[in-house]
Parts: sequence; C-alpha cells; structure tokens
Amino acid sequence: MSVDSNAAPVAAARPARETRDVGRILRRYAIFIVLAALLVLFQSVEPAFLRVNNLFSVLQSVAVVALLGIGVTVTLAVDGFDLSVGSTAAFTLMLSSYAMVVLQLGAVPTVGLALLGGAAIGLINGFLIVGLRIPDLLATLGMMFLLSGLQLIPSGGRSISTGVILPNGSAAAGSFDPAFLLIGRYRLWDLAPLPVVIVAIIALIAWFVMERTRWGRVFYAVGGNEAAAHLAGAPVKTYRLAAYVVSGILAALGGVFIAARVGRGDVFAGSSLLLDSVAAALIGFAVLDKRHANVLGAVTGAVFVGIVLNGLTMLNVPYYTQDFVKGIVLVGALAITFGIGRGRR
Amino acid sequence: MSASPPVAQPSSLTLRSVSKTYGATLALDAVDLSIERGEVVALMGANGAGKSTLAKIAAGVIQPDHGEIVLAGLPVRLASPLAAHQAGVVTVHQSTELLGVANLTVAENLILGELCGGSFGLTTSARRIRLRAAAVAAGVGLDLPLDRQFGDLGPAQRQLVAIARAAATDAKVLILDEPTASLAAAEADRLFEIIDRVRSRGVGVLYISHRLGDIKRIADRIVVLRNGRRVADQTKPFDLSAAIRAMIGRDLDGIGAGRENSEPGRLMLQIERARLTPGAAPFDLNLRSGEILAVTGALGSGKSRLLRALFGLGRLTEGDVLLEGEPWRPHGPAQAIARGVFFAGEDRWRTSFLPPATPGADIAGAIALPHRRSWFPRGILRDRRERNAARRAIEALGIRCRDSHDELDRLSGGNQQKVVVARWQAAPCRLLLLDEPFQGVDVGARQDLVQAIRAARSNSATLIATSDVEEAIEVADVVAVMRDHAIVGAHDLRGAGAASLLGAIAAVEAGDLARQDGRER
Repeated sequence: MSVDSNAAPVAAARPARETRDVGRILRRYAIFIVLAALLVLFQSVEPAFLRVNNLFSVLQSVAVVALLGIGVTVTLAVDGFDLSVGSTAAFTLMLSSYAMVVLQLGAVPTVGLALLGGAAIGLINGFLIVGLRIPDLLATLGMMFLLSGLQLIPSGGRSISTGVILPNGSAAAGSFDPAFLLIGRYRLWDLAPLPVVIVAIIALIAWFVMERTRWGRVFYAVGGNEAAAHLAGAPVKTYRLAAYVVSGILAALGGVFIAARVGRGDVFAGSSLLLDSVAAALIGFAVLDKRHANVLGAVTGAVFVGIVLNGLTMLNVPYYTQDFVKGIVLVGALAITFGIGRGRR
Repeated sequence: MSASPPVAQPSSLTLRSVSKTYGATLALDAVDLSIERGEVVALMGANGAGKSTLAKIAAGVIQPDHGEIVLAGLPVRLASPLAAHQAGVVTVHQSTELLGVANLTVAENLILGELCGGSFGLTTSARRIRLRAAAVAAGVGLDLPLDRQFGDLGPAQRQLVAIARAAATDAKVLILDEPTASLAAAEADRLFEIIDRVRSRGVGVLYISHRLGDIKRIADRIVVLRNGRRVADQTKPFDLSAAIRAMIGRDLDGIGAGRENSEPGRLMLQIERARLTPGAAPFDLNLRSGEILAVTGALGSGKSRLLRALFGLGRLTEGDVLLEGEPWRPHGPAQAIARGVFFAGEDRWRTSFLPPATPGADIAGAIALPHRRSWFPRGILRDRRERNAARRAIEALGIRCRDSHDELDRLSGGNQQKVVVARWQAAPCRLLLLDEPFQGVDVGARQDLVQAIRAARSNSATLIATSDVEEAIEVADVVAVMRDHAIVGAHDLRGAGAASLLGAIAAVEAGDLARQDGRER
C-alpha cells in the first residue's frame, strides 16, 4: 500500500495518489451516499416514503436514540463508556410515572425530578470511575443492573399507569399530567413532534460545544491522552465527571420523552435503547471519516438506522429482521472506519 | 537462519560497512563493528550519533540499506527481532515495559522463552517452573525473588531479571542498551558480575552507555560513533578524554564564544536548602532570566523530580522556592501554566501529544493545547488564531511539514520535538522546564532546537534536564550535575575557552567516576 515516492516513477505515482484521494472521498461520504441510494430505492418502491409526515415519524422514532447516542459520544470522547444510558432512560421513565401517578406531582416538578435523577446517576457513575478508579465499562455495567432492578421496586414490579395497585394494596390516586403528555405528543405547526425539535436543538448545542469551543477540545484531549491533557493544565477529573453527568441528564430526558409519549410507566420500555444508542455513536465514527466519536455522527447514525428500518418496514420486511439489519449497518460502518483503506501509514 | 557454529569461531558478530538512511538523514555511514568472542565492546556516542540505529540493526529491528552482518562466521540476514534472537543475538532494552510480563511471577519470566516456545513441555507445575527458574538464576549468580509478581518489582530488579534471562540463553551476542541507567551502585555491581560470567562463556557483549565509569570497569574496547561514523576505536588502556573529544568532535572554542554576550537579567528562580527526597543532601540553585541551566546526571538521579516539583507535580521534602522573589508552591500544572511556568516532559508521545485522529492532534492543535484558556476566554475557538501561532512556530523553528494542520506522526522525531518546544514558546513564559528535550532527535534537528531555545531565552529562565553531557554543554550557560537527588556542582560555561570547557566535561564525568570509585571501595 505505501508507495515509495523515490523509487516509483512520477507517472506511476500520480494515478496511485488519485485512487487514494477517490478512496478518501468515498470513505468520507460513504454513509451519505448509501443513504441517498436507499432513499431513491425506497421512494421508487413506495411513493409514500418521502412524505413529510413519514419523515417526521422516522425522526420521532429515533429522537430518543439520537439523544442517548449524544451522551454516549461525550463519554466516548473522554475515553470512557456509559453502558447505563438505556437503564437510566428506563429508570427515569418509571421515576416520572411514579412521581405523577403516586406522588401526584405536576409536569414541571416531575421533569425537574427526572433530570435531577439523571444528573445524580451521572455523578455516581463519575465518582465510581474517577474517584474509585473502577474501569468505566464495569462501573456503568454495575449501574445498569442496579437501575434496571431499582426501577421495579417502588411499583412492586408492575408497570405504572393511572390507578395502579401499589405493593401496600392501595390504588394510586394520581394520573399523568396532560401538560406532561404534551412533551411527547405536541407537534409544532401541527407537523414537527416536540421531542424531535428539542433533540435537534440539543444536538446543535452539543455539536457546537464539542467541535467549536475549547471545552470540547479538552474533552477530546482528556480522552486522547490523559497525561498530556493534565500536563497542559486541564482539570482532567472534572471533565471526566462532567461527561457522565451530561450522559445521565440526556438519558433522563430521553426517559421523559418516552413517558410523555406512551403515557404509562412501562417496565419493558427502553430495553433496546442501550444497544441502539451505542450503535448510533459507533456508526458515527464513520461519518465524514472522522474515526472518533462525534455528535454529528451519532445523530446521523441514529437517523440512518431509523430510515433503513422504516423503509424496510414499508417494503414488508418482517420486524424480526430489524436487529440483523442494524448489525449489518454497524459492522459496515466499523469496517469503513477501521478497516478499509487504512494502510496509508 | 540459525546454523550451529563450529566451536572455535574468531568473532561473535561482525557488521561490515553498514549504512542506513532515514529520509534525508544519513544515520549510519558505512560503519564497521566487530565483537570478538568473550569481548565487551562499549558503544559510545551522543544522542543521534547512530548508537541505537546500529543496535537495532544488530537486533534485527531494522534492516540496513547496505552492508553485511556476519554472525559466528556466517553471513546472515536478521529479518526480525525473533530471527535475530533465534540466530543468537539477544537484546535487553532500556525501556522497562519491554522487559517482561507484568502479571507473571519472576520465575515464570525467567523461563518465558521456554514456556512460550514450547520446549518446557505440555504440562507445567509451579514446582517445576520454580526449579528451572532457580537453576537459571543460579547460573548467572543472582538471588532473585522468584515468587513475586514481575509487575511489583522496581525498574532496577526488572532490569536484572531481563538480563538474567538473556544471559541464560545460549546467546552468541548480548546487546545491553544503557543497562545501568536505572541501577544503583550495588545493583550495577551485580550486573557487572553477570557480564563477567557471560563473557567467560565466550559470549560477545555490545554495551551501549555513556557512563564513563561503567565503561572503564567493564569494557575491553571502546567504539565511538559521531554523526553516523565510527570516529574512534580504543583498546585498553583507554584515553577517556580522547574518547569524549571524539564524541563531541567539534571546535570547542566556538561554543564558548557564542555565550559571552548573554547577559543575565533579574533573578527568576531561587531554590534554597532544598531536599528532593528525605535522605538527600540539601542544595541551593539560582537562575536568572536569560539564563539556560542544564542539569545532568544519570537516570534516577532526581533531575526529573526537580523539574516536576517546580511544575507542581510533586513537592520538595524541604526547602524554599522563590519565583521572582515570591514563594512558589504550585499545586498543579494549571496553576503553573497560569503563572508562566511551563514544562515539557520526556517522551513526547506520552506527556505532550494526543494520538492521531483525535480532534486537535495536528501541529496547530498541539501548540494551542495549553493556551486555549487564555487565547479564547469566551470559549469559542478561532481556527485562524491557532493557525497563525502554528505558522509562526513553523517558520521560527524550521519545522518541516506541509502545513499547520499536518498530523504529528507524519513528522520526524526532530520536527515533533520542535512542535513541543514551539508549544511552550507560543506564550509569555517566566520559567521553562524541559525534561530530556533532545530524546530521539537527530543531530541536525538538535542544532535547530538548541538555537531556538537559546534565541527565545531573553525574558525567561530555562531549566533543562538531560542525561547527555554533550547536550548539556551544547545548550546551556551553566551545567549542573545531579547525583543522588542533590546538585553536587555547577560549571559556568560563559566566556569559557576550550580548555575550561574540557575541564568542565571532565569534572562532570568525574562525578560518575567518583561514584564508581566509591562503589568499588
């Protein structure tokens, strides 16, 4: 692969370089090229596909995954990993349901409680990793188990909906605040679901912070070489902790969106969230050939998977092939990132 | 590849007119080197002289462009480190990570070759491993803690284990790269005993070092390299000062002359009655702005510890430090950088650079990393600000690259180091601390670096730690010698002629010799 420019004649070296450039451009835009091809394919088979309503329903379906994917991206940037995002979302789903149905809180205190809960989970994760020096995968794996068990305890293992029977035998008196349900169900201009708009705004902010501010550079520097970041004056531990807090808060917001959309605290909701959001973040490595975790990539990855699944559903491909398809997309993206055309050094 | 030699071979290893170029740099220029059976050849040379290139060629790590390698009378091609090992060239590296497997016991590490190579048999038992390892240790006369985890050992003991393992193989040639660097006097003595035993078995030893005391004790012959050429070859009795002259090999009057006009400014750093470690002797040190002081001494003598303490990465056990007259007790890098005290650690990829493909891992980002807080107080990056700083640095230091967004792993070692120095020259500085700034830097780039450091010294004080005396003399106004965590002497080179410079070198090297004599008593 590596061409010795001294030994090779000039005429032979030039086509080699051009092939390399074409390869680089292909790698850079591979996901977008595949996406465009798929859109053309789906549109030609099913004309309803490109309707605005359908596109927004795709975005609605991936908004929470994208949100969690952004959180995973921030933890990946500091060379960490948050395996607890899925169960954090599920936990806050149950927490906000419990807050309204059992504690009879309104929409605002419920959302506040949920986000606070997410931040607390992130802080604990961060403390386990930064303070007790537990490896990130293990600490967040532990937290994942802990949360998915904890969410069952207050309701005695039942899903939480209006009038649910509590472990002490009495029926819960409260119900979901209609204002809370609007978070998940309101459509701006009768078109764009509120969660999609909020996630878009958060994605924009996260992208700006990670790519265009010095704080973003410090996140990446801490992840790239902790010793070098420390010697360059960065408060390494603070940034690591912050990454998990951000991840926890975003996951909690994801839980709120699900609760507000479904309108009940479903015990099994969010079981696929972890794998989907990690996949989105990893697919993101391949976007623009960045080869590192990035916000734009995670969002693109989530949307890409959503479009593929939506299109295949329209083509009557059975639902049970979905995980298989996601796997193919992920492996393909990883091959682009790490394998293909990497021999240039 | 591995042919069993006839018993009476004239020489263990012969390299005939070996050459190697890296890009435009001629690292080795038709060097001849021969190691007889049972002979210890000391290879001397400044950093970048070609010592490590030569050793790597002998160890099969890199291939020569030209030349021939003859092992025990047979021409061989050492295509890889494994091939070289199988052919009988065994190398003990300086870096402690390469010496053994951390989570195995010392006993397992001693017979690692047998365990991994399969000659130990299918079944292992702790008892058999221990017996075999004890035999290996006894064979080289070492008493080692066989049951301890290798990872729990200190660097010196790791070094001894690795050397014992190498000595136990039926090697024809043993290559030791700076083996005493991390050893205390008593441990170095044990090493020399091992070398004597190995030598008596007819093994040739290539001993890379610039500690004159050790060389005097153990070597049969000295070969000096400079700029990739063999410039001296001495047999006993050695003329060490001639060897030093050959190593430096340059008109020494010129160095002294460049230093006369440097006018020291205000007192920047005062260290008073400082002890680096509890048992160490106290010392004082003063440094003025515009002055460059190089601290030289063996590895583990405390040079790095002193620099790190001044940067807030550790503390002095005792004593006062004043920075421009004010007490200086930094709690960490952030505070030090904010006050204009900058530090570049040794091993740039570990202490300074981000890995490739990390955002901000290019030249411009590497230079900007510690300065972004002051350059972008509102947090929003401006690419042009970073680019301009990088462009100025590229021009000022002669960094060879395409543009300021080049990734660092595409630059040569010398150019990478220029980026490290450029980082700390990109903002106003009061005290610049450089730990081994010429590591892995070729001679040409080193001269550029020295020039850049000397050119930028006017408003700041510079403190450099280097284990290479020649580097210290080349860059510094004052050379201080550190031993056992204390500064034991300082030599002002300003306005000095060749004679007094040579005297200073001799005095610095004599430090090592004095330690050697103390050890022998």
